[in-house]
Amino acid sequence: MAHSYTPGLKVTAFTVVRRERKLPLPGTVLAKVGDAVAAEKVVARTELPGNVQTVNVANLLGVLPEDVRECLVKPVGSPLAKGETFAENRSFFGLFRSKVASPIDGTLENLSVVTGQALLREPPIPVEVDAYVDGTIVEVFPNQGVTVETRGTFIQGIFGIGGETSGELRVLAASPADPLREPSITEKERGCVIVGGSHVNTATLLHAVRMGVKAVVIGGFDDQDLRQFLGYDLGVAITGHEEKGLTLVVTEGFGAIPMASRTFDLLKQCQGRKVSVSGATQIRAGVQRPEIIAPRLTEAAGKDGVPDEHPLGLEVGSLIRAIRQPYFGRLGKVTALPAELTALETEAKVRVLEVDFGNGPRVLLPRANVEMIES
Amino acid sequence: MTRIESQDHVATVVSQDLKSILATDCGSTTTKAVLIERRGDEYRLIVRGEAPTTVEAPFEDVTRGVLNAIMEVEELAGRKILDGERIITPQKGTEGVDLYISTSSAGGGLQMMVSGVVKSMTGESAQRAALGAGAIVMDVIASNDGRLPHEKIKRIRQLRPDMILLSGGVDGGTTSHVAEMAELLAAAEPKARLGAGYELPVIYAGNKDAAGIVRERLEDKTALVITDNLRPVLERENLTPARDKIHDLFMEHVMAHAPGYKKLMTWSPVPIMPTPGAVGLIIETIARDEKINVIGVDIGGATTDVFSVFQTVFNRTVSANLGMSYSVSNVLAEAGLANILRWVPFAIDELDLRNRIKNKMIRPTTIPQSLEELVIEQAIAREALRLAFEQHKMLAVGLKGVQQERTISDTFEQTASGETLVRLDHLDLLVGSGGVLSHAPRRSQAALMLLDSFLPEHLTELAVDSIFMAPQLGVLSTVHPKAAREVFEKDCLIRLGTSVAPVGPGKEGQTALRVTLERAGGKREEFSVPYGYIRLVPLADGERAEALLKPEKSFDVGEGKGRERKATLRGGVVGLIFDCRGRRPFTMPEERARRIAKLTEWNEALGIYPSVAAPASPAAAPAAAVPAGA
Repeated sequence: MAHSYTPGLKVTAFTVVRRERKLPLPGTVLAKVGDAVAAEKVVARTELPGNVQTVNVANLLGVLPEDVRECLVKPVGSPLAKGETFAENRSFFGLFRSKVASPIDGTLENLSVVTGQALLREPPIPVEVDAYVDGTIVEVFPNQGVTVETRGTFIQGIFGIGGETSGELRVLAASPADPLREPSITEKERGCVIVGGSHVNTATLLHAVRMGVKAVVIGGFDDQDLRQFLGYDLGVAITGHEEKGLTLVVTEGFGAIPMASRTFDLLKQCQGRKVSVSGATQIRAGVQRPEIIAPRLTEAAGKDGVPDEHPLGLEVGSLIRAIRQPYFGRLGKVTALPAELTALETEAKVRVLEVDFGNGPRVLLPRANVEMIES
Repeated sequence: MTRIESQDHVATVVSQDLKSILATDCGSTTTKAVLIERRGDEYRLIVRGEAPTTVEAPFEDVTRGVLNAIMEVEELAGRKILDGERIITPQKGTEGVDLYISTSSAGGGLQMMVSGVVKSMTGESAQRAALGAGAIVMDVIASNDGRLPHEKIKRIRQLRPDMILLSGGVDGGTTSHVAEMAELLAAAEPKARLGAGYELPVIYAGNKDAAGIVRERLEDKTALVITDNLRPVLERENLTPARDKIHDLFMEHVMAHAPGYKKLMTWSPVPIMPTPGAVGLIIETIARDEKINVIGVDIGGATTDVFSVFQTVFNRTVSANLGMSYSVSNVLAEAGLANILRWVPFAIDELDLRNRIKNKMIRPTTIPQSLEELVIEQAIAREALRLAFEQHKMLAVGLKGVQQERTISDTFEQTASGETLVRLDHLDLLVGSGGVLSHAPRRSQAALMLLDSFLPEHLTELAVDSIFMAPQLGVLSTVHPKAAREVFEKDCLIRLGTSVAPVGPGKEGQTALRVTLERAGGKREEFSVPYGYIRLVPLADGERAEALLKPEKSFDVGEGKGRERKATLRGGVVGLIFDCRGRRPFTMPEERARRIAKLTEWNEALGIYPSVAAPASPAAAPAAAVPAGA
């Protein structure tokens, strides 16, 4: 039978993290294997072809499409300045002239004698890819990009918004159960990645944006606040492109949920260090979760320092977190893994496990509704 | 639209004397394998196994998941099918199978962009061709879609489809608009989603006179294939050549670039088909064999597919972002909270409900543990199904732009071209599939979800696909129709029963329908059902009853207002459902307490939920208690 539990999120004190940094189109790679790079270092660069504008020359000049070529005063391929005439038509023995001017700075790319349209292309758009984390280049993909490797603390969140950023980490909550409130965020946090406890609301996030905070890491967040902050109802969990002034990483889920103490303690240990953060989340096909990477480049990798470990299955004694009502967010220890299917209150028969939450009788949970706490 | 009679495009020849068939469906999260064997004269499902799909890292080889699913089949069936990593074919003694076939929607399925000249004419035809072939249509670009040329180019560049279908113009018509679309495409230089190093497949199925211009513009920049015009004249669609080309290119280009598929393709003599395309085939087969109008719906985690066959015309739509896990939050965004809450028979805090839905989105594999959670999930499913069906009705329409001859007798019947083909009063069979319907703990829950979201009228049989094996049976139907049909009828389809729903307005509590039922053996019963109520009459699967239905004067059960109808009603695991809650309009009380009372009454009439005592542990105490029977 296939494993039905959800592998937990990575919350690791020390590991090796590799990130591919690739261009969307072939270009130039600006680093070589062995280079030490800072997160902000541009490692590859290219130019995207510029946007295209169409101009209906035949219509504007009042000629048939098959005749437009004769009206060109600049050959196809010519660079054009905005307002520059590239086609004209003389009529009535040359007395009247109609002209077509370029609406953009760019190039006359093509002229169709079927439709009478000219295609004008704007100048190329430069695209740069930075290293994202402090680390070392371990691989170069010619014309495409590099792989950056770093060592340090690696924490995955469950959901995030906003793109990649980096800054000094500051833990502002005294405990994982404390909500993050406006007064605790001041000018001192400008350019920083700040950590709260159980909850943050829209007003506090907007205050953080005003204070120049680069990212907020928090245990829980309400959907209502997400809607207010984004300005729309998020339908599908594909994020990372939002430009709201900061990156948000939620570690536990929606609602007011204390941050898992292991996550909170590890973040506290990273206090004052430079961290890289990404809010990009994609839950379909090839799960991508938001992350916080705190490089510790001078330390040697311990036994945890192996990238992409495959999680082991659930065992009696495994630490788990319930990820659905009615026990949502509670942490416990697996005390039994009955093999037979068990009927739930809904009457559905599923595989379950027995959990001790530490403060009452043991309870049965569907295996699908727990997440392993991985280290 | 494709006439069923014309569908005959699979050339593979497979012996009809097969002892065993192994079929897999590589879904985006799970790979399912079924073993079918001939027992006596008939083919039956023996076992079903499943394993996580392995298209993504760290495995990046779809065959790994296929082998794991087959190993589970081996374990459950207690016989050997694999020799190492090879499927033993043909069957030797008790080892191996005679035929292996597969479908796939892994890696996001087949994603296409289509283009036509006029959005509501060739644009829609192209969309229907792509959807019918099993694709997700990312966008429809047309000359008159309201976007400026540079906006279209930008959009084409943003999307990274697996394939583009370019159509436009009737044969012999103007070529300039088609040329314009080809020029836009050439300027955009679209890139394929998978494999940066290969050319994007583009199918041209438009005005044949423009083929030369299209070739000139696109041949150097794309992998261009030219086929017959999908709308040769305004009055007729010819979608089969384009659909076949989509299937061919899906195999040659898309599948060949997905991890492990080259190997998988060598295991089967039958081409791998996109999953929804295969489901469409089985729905077409039922409609054709039984000469009935059918709607099939498959509600998944990410998408909901709706298939219909009305008057032999097949249509399929996919609502790409309506589903029960990955897309559950989008159901909330599109339907609105009020529409979801109207199906919940207890009070619940809105903030809490919103957070629950988002938590399901970010942890999509969880299942409802409490009854309250199940009720909420089924409320969301009703809205996802309703919205997907609305979208289907909008696309499954007659051809637009067709001139209609009218006589004086048509003066008062102003039917427009482009009317929906989906007529609920003509629907014979409604089949539901997908986790929330197929795995509902009580079958009556699936029946009521189908009734609430589709609102079938007059007489309609209801069914669910027991374990979602329609994709495998769809591809099997192309090479061995007998085996596919037998397994579908006996092991796949679970008949829920028949719904009888009078159409018309009424007053709560007043009689809407009088019924006389005569069961086999002559047992008679008579009863009436008031407006606003549902009544369930158990009638087992395989049994039939003769019914005399007498609607009151404002109601119609298929013979006209107030006119009685005689019919043979088919039973099922739920039975006969006399649904007099009203159609056109179907309304619910707006006041909360009355709405909850009404919902509870309907739920109890079908016995869809168990009564539960208050939860014992304080942690299990939900925010709002579930009323008994709710």
